[in-house]
This record gives sequence, structure tokens and C-alpha cells, in this order.
Amino acid sequence: MNNIDLAKLYHFDEMFDNTSKPHSCYKDYYKWLSSEEPGNLKKQQIEANEFFKKIGITFNVYGDLEEEERIIPFDIIPRIISEKKWLAISKGIEQRVKAINYFLNDIYNQQEIIKAGILPLELIKNNTSFLNEMVGFTPPGGIYTHIIGIDLVRTPNEDFVVLEDNTRTPSGVSYMIENRQTMLQIFPELFDKIKIKNVTNYPLSLLKSLKECCSINKNSKKVIAILTPGSHNSAYFEHAFLADEMGVELIEGNDLKIKDKKVCMRTTQGYKPIDIIYKRVDDDFLDPLTFNPTSILGVPGLMDVYKSGNLILANAPGSGIADDKAIYSYIPDIINFYIGEKPLLKNVKTWRCSEKTHLKYVIDNLDSLVVKEVHGSGGYGMLIGPKSTKKKIEFFKKKILQNPNKYIAQPTLELSTVPILTNKGLSSRHIDLRPFVLVSPKSIKITPGGLTRVALKDGSLVVNSSQGGGTKDTWVLEEF
Amino acid sequence: MLGKTAAHIFWMFRYLERCENTARLINASHFISLTQKQNIANHWDSILNVAGNKKAFLSKYGAINKSAVINFILRDKTNPSSVLSSIENARQNARIVRNNLTKELFETINETYLKLSEIFRRPINEKNLLNTLATIRTKCQLTRGTLHGTMLRDDTYIFARMGSFIERADNTSRILDMKYYVLLPSAGFVGSTVDNAQWENILRSVSAYRSYNWLNEYEFNPSGICKYLILDERLPRSLIFCNLNIYENLMSISKFYNKNFKSLNNSEKFYEEMLNLTIEKVFEEGLHEFLVRYLKNLFILATIIETDFRFYK
Repeated sequence: MNNIDLAKLYHFDEMFDNTSKPHSCYKDYYKWLSSEEPGNLKKQQIEANEFFKKIGITFNVYGDLEEEERIIPFDIIPRIISEKKWLAISKGIEQRVKAINYFLNDIYNQQEIIKAGILPLELIKNNTSFLNEMVGFTPPGGIYTHIIGIDLVRTPNEDFVVLEDNTRTPSGVSYMIENRQTMLQIFPELFDKIKIKNVTNYPLSLLKSLKECCSINKNSKKVIAILTPGSHNSAYFEHAFLADEMGVELIEGNDLKIKDKKVCMRTTQGYKPIDIIYKRVDDDFLDPLTFNPTSILGVPGLMDVYKSGNLILANAPGSGIADDKAIYSYIPDIINFYIGEKPLLKNVKTWRCSEKTHLKYVIDNLDSLVVKEVHGSGGYGMLIGPKSTKKKIEFFKKKILQNPNKYIAQPTLELSTVPILTNKGLSSRHIDLRPFVLVSPKSIKITPGGLTRVALKDGSLVVNSSQGGGTKDTWVLEEF
Repeated sequence: MLGKTAAHIFWMFRYLERCENTARLINASHFISLTQKQNIANHWDSILNVAGNKKAFLSKYGAINKSAVINFILRDKTNPSSVLSSIENARQNARIVRNNLTKELFETINETYLKLSEIFRRPINEKNLLNTLATIRTKCQLTRGTLHGTMLRDDTYIFARMGSFIERADNTSRILDMKYYVLLPSAGFVGSTVDNAQWENILRSVSAYRSYNWLNEYEFNPSGICKYLILDERLPRSLIFCNLNIYENLMSISKFYNKNFKSLNNSEKFYEEMLNLTIEKVFEEGLHEFLVRYLKNLFILATIIETDFRFYK
């Protein structure tokens, strides 16, 4: 099965070292893989695809009417991480997540970090991710981001570095769980041989974590609901999946009404108050009285209820300021400022086009850099210099010079690879990793592993599902 | 449970019931058209009347022919009550409330949808018609079985059942009304001897042919058949059976919620009226007139259920 072209291994490969032998964390798996009939593997890949289709694990693609529902591509070769490596990563994540919550608390209250001259005021001022409505208000338990996704990539020197923090509404956790369920179904014998850490208890951990945020009437039963934009949203499968696994209602704006200073949902027996909402709609659409007046997704008056303490929102509105790409470059300083430690997980080197010297460097080196919009997400509106045309680079140059504050640039990363199964056997593809983190006043819980996204096109660095990416099951070994 | 969820469950099962009943109707009609020599066009014409979309058919195809009618009713997406549209609607409702269904139930509906959309990609011809209809029927029955076998007996289950019985009562009365047009063009014909094949069609379309014969020793007459389909509580597709089940489900939910509902009172009255009804009274009123009134009452009951349980507001 080993037909990986070693000459192409200028990046780190998760499965093979540069003598083409499996890394120690892949040893047992590779032994099994080598003994499998190639034809059998193909059959199992088809079986996995059928499984996804049957369960209806789909996502919607915007602006794509013909093929509205798509199955996210899934590859059966797992991505494996040793327990030791994982422990180091999770320590770094814990530190980062703590700092992000301290930062949010500070930025919406005293703003010490600005007073200390570490973060320029301009980054907050005129930033649409900064919500003035949240200034002076601290959410119950002081927690802003109850659910975070940290996007990690592995560089040629084997370090995991943070590419992005997702502090608004990170998605993909349902794929993580369904990937595992699929693997358990198709390769039961593998799970007998290799012991790995469980991820399928995430929904229950989320439920518990949300309940821990309720400080009032601790003993009474809490009513929790997930707020979705509706069945046309690209992540609707995930919203319904979580509601199902957690045993909570899945609500939309038109199910809700404010009654007696509580947010209530319309049930078959009348309106029933809700204590905690896990919101999967953007802040802007939460309350037409406070934010976007044309929104029909939210409920008028919800923010008043929230600020009077009669509701917990996860994540807190305004949390998005922490994953703004301009703020991202300050996260090492933020960790240092609030925790007094050096960051355990590194950032990717980032040039801010808002700064003159950075801008000059970016413009001069566009053909080797990746340029991103500060407020963009999902891999849209991005320039990957080395994979781009001269014309496109010129076009971006103009756009950046017109509005430098809107852009940041990073070196083109040689993301690590792991093989996928193709018609011609194994072939390596670039991957990233999104662990999911749950934060409550009592604890920080991190899913062992997370969602591994893989760029299915040979040589591609874009792993987003909306742009031809797929996923893999992620194994953290149970070694100690 | 959310009012919205109740609405989606209710409609999901209405659409599923509709799929199955439409397949039965086509099945019976197909046999009739094979055995009957006269009035073939008229026969498919009456099928279109049941589905209530003759106008749309004519504007698309101009004239009535068997193959076009079958494909229009089974797999035309522009026909909102085609089997394909119905299964799509059922599955879309299921997808929205999948967190309220057991995994098995959602997967069964999803697989039914995938299987039928696959089959309906190509036109249906005489050769594959019966197989197709059998697949529709068994898939719908599999879904119902999965509901029975896996779902908790709570309000979700009750709304699923109510949706099924309201749709079934609606379908059975429409089938009867279709044959009213064919067989009883004027009130004078009521009670006279008629073409056995036509009545056979009705009985077959509600899976009641054998049971009717077993109970009535092959004694075919319109009055006996109407009585069976309208007033026999043992037949799971008769009107009164549906009335009884809607009433019983509303009783259960009233107990469950510990509250009396308008719809419960309405369905009780409706059921009692059916209990006191005789087939002579139906014919006195006129079969068609009775069915029109019945459908109207059924619609009113469905609307009260919708309001009582806050489906939409």
C-alpha cells in the first residue's frame, strides 16, 4: 500500500517519517492497514459513504440551488495523534481559552489592556465585532465563550500552531461524532486492537457545562434550547443533531416571545420560559430592537432579558471580537498580559496591513503570502499567493492598498499531510485540526482530538467543506 | 413539545399517508383499466378528480392518457400532491424535527425518500409500475411500523397518529366521491345494480376487497360497500375507524396535558354523529352531499387541532 512519493515530502506527514516508515503513533494502525486487501478498503469507503447518506449527514451550500444538500466527503484513513503530543496541545489550548475569556471580560469593562498600551484602541473602535451593547455588562459566571473551536495546523518542524480561534459559533462537532460512529460501525476490529479516547460524549458535556453557568436557583431544573436560523442554514444538521443528543428543544425566532421578562417558547401547551439558549445565529440577527432591525431570525426584546440576568446566552453576544483576525495577532500579548505566561501554542506569523511597515512587506511579497480579510470566514475572499495568477495578485494588491485595515497576511504554510484513500491507493493531502472546547465557571473541557479537515484536491491547502474539503476521524491514543 | 414541532410531525404523517393512499389508488385503477373495455379515459379522468389537480394536468398534457396520468400522479414535481412531492414534503418535515424522532424512524423516512427519488428519476411504464407501487406501499408501511416499534408513547406519537388518521379519512372519502361521479351521475341510480369491477376498484384501493367478500359472501351492492367503507369500525380505512382513532388520540392527549380541548369536544361529537348514522340516512342525504359535508367537518376539526395545540401561533 505504500506508494507515497517521498520526493514530495517537504512538509510533515502524520503517518510516515522521511524514511517512509510509520511514526510510532501509527505503528499499530499501519500494521493493520498493510494486511488489508486494497479492494476491501475501497468497499469499506463506499460503505462509509452510504452510511453518511442514510443518516442524512448533510450540509447546505449557499448559492447552490440545484444541489442544495450535500454529503460532506469522509475519508476512512484516520488521523492519529499520540497521547503525549495531545497533552501538550491541550495545555496550550486551555491557556489560550482562559486568556480569551479574561480579555473579553476586560475589553467590555475596564479595558486595562488598552490603558496599558498593549492593544491599540483603534482595533476596538469602529470594529463591527465589538458590541457597544455589551459594555459594562458581565455575563453570569463571567464566561463569554462557552464553546470555542481552535483551528490548529502542523508545520514542517512538527509544531502545532494556531491558525484561527473560533469564538462565535464554531461548527463541525457533529461531524466529529458521526465520523467516529461511522468508523466504529465499519472497523470494529480496529477499535479492539487500538485503544483511543472517546469523543462521543461531547453533547452531554456541553449540556453539563451550560448548566454550570446558572448561578441562580441551582437546584431547579433548567430549560435549555438551541436557537437555529432554520432548516436552510448550512449547519442545520448539526443544530438538530445536538438538540437530539442533548435532549433539548430546537427553536427558531418565530417560536419565541418575551413574557414576564423571560424569553419563552411556544409549546403545544402555551408559552414556556427558557433559562439557557445555545445560539447558533449571528449576534446581528439576535434581536431586531438592538441589532439588525430587519432580522426575522431573532426575537424583539431578547437583549433586555439577557441584560436583566434572566437568560444565559452561549456564547455571549460580542464574543466575536476575540476571533477578529486583527486581534488574533495580539493573542500572544493577551496571554502574557492576563496570565503572565508565555504562550504554549504559537501563532502563525501575521502582518497587519494597517501598519505601514507591515503593509510594505506584504505588497512586496504578495506572491509568497496568504492574504485574508480581517472579518472573513469560511475560506472566502482569500488570496493564496503561490497558487495564484499574476492577474489575481495585481487585483488583490489594488484592493489591499485601497483599504489596508481590512487585511492581514501570513506566510503560506506547509500544512502537514496524511494519506487519503483514492482510486490509485494512498495519496497524501493537507489537513488541519479543530478541537472543541467547553468553558464553564467550574471547568475547561477539550475534546480529545477534534475535527480533522482535509483538502481533497492534490496539493490544495483549502480544507473548508464549502470549498471541496472533507473530513477524517481523529484518534488520540490511550497510551498511559 | 414545541407547537411548531407538533405541526411538522402532524404533516409528516399526513404526507406519508397520502403517498401510500395514492399508490393504492393507482394500483386499483391500473387493474380496472386492464379488465374494463369501455370508458377508459373517463376512468383516469376520475382519478385526476380525486387528486384534485385535473386542471394542472390538462394545461400540461392537453389530453388524458393512462401513461401521462400515472407519471403525473406518481412523479411530477410540479404536481404538489404527487407521490414524489409528498415523500419530499414528508422527509423535509422529518428533517426539520429529526431531533424529535428516533434515529431509526428518521433513517427509515430518509431511506424511503432516497429510494423513491431514485426510482422516479426515470418515467414509470407498465412493466415497472406494479413493482414501483409495491415499493411505495411497503416503504410507507415500514415507516409506520418503525413509528410503532420505536417511538415513545407521548405527545409526539399522538400528533403523528392524528395526522395519519385525518389524512386517511380525507383520502377514503375522496375515493368514494370519485366513484360517486362515475357510478351515480344522478340520484336515481342510487341503490341500483352496478358494474362490479368499479366497486371492486374502490375496495381494492383501500385493501378491503377480500375482507368485504369474506364478510358479505360476494354480495356486491353499492349500499353494502358504502356501509363498509363509511360505517364499519373494524375496517382500518373506514371513515368511522378514523373518527374513532382521532377521538381516542385527543382523549389521550387531554389526559397527558391534563386539560380539556375544543378539538376533543369536536371530535367526540363528530364520532357520535358517525355512530348514529345509518347507510339509509347517507343515501337520503345523497352520497356526494354527505361526503362534501364530511370533508368540510374534517377540515374544521383539523383547523381546531391546529389552534388548540398552537401549531402556528
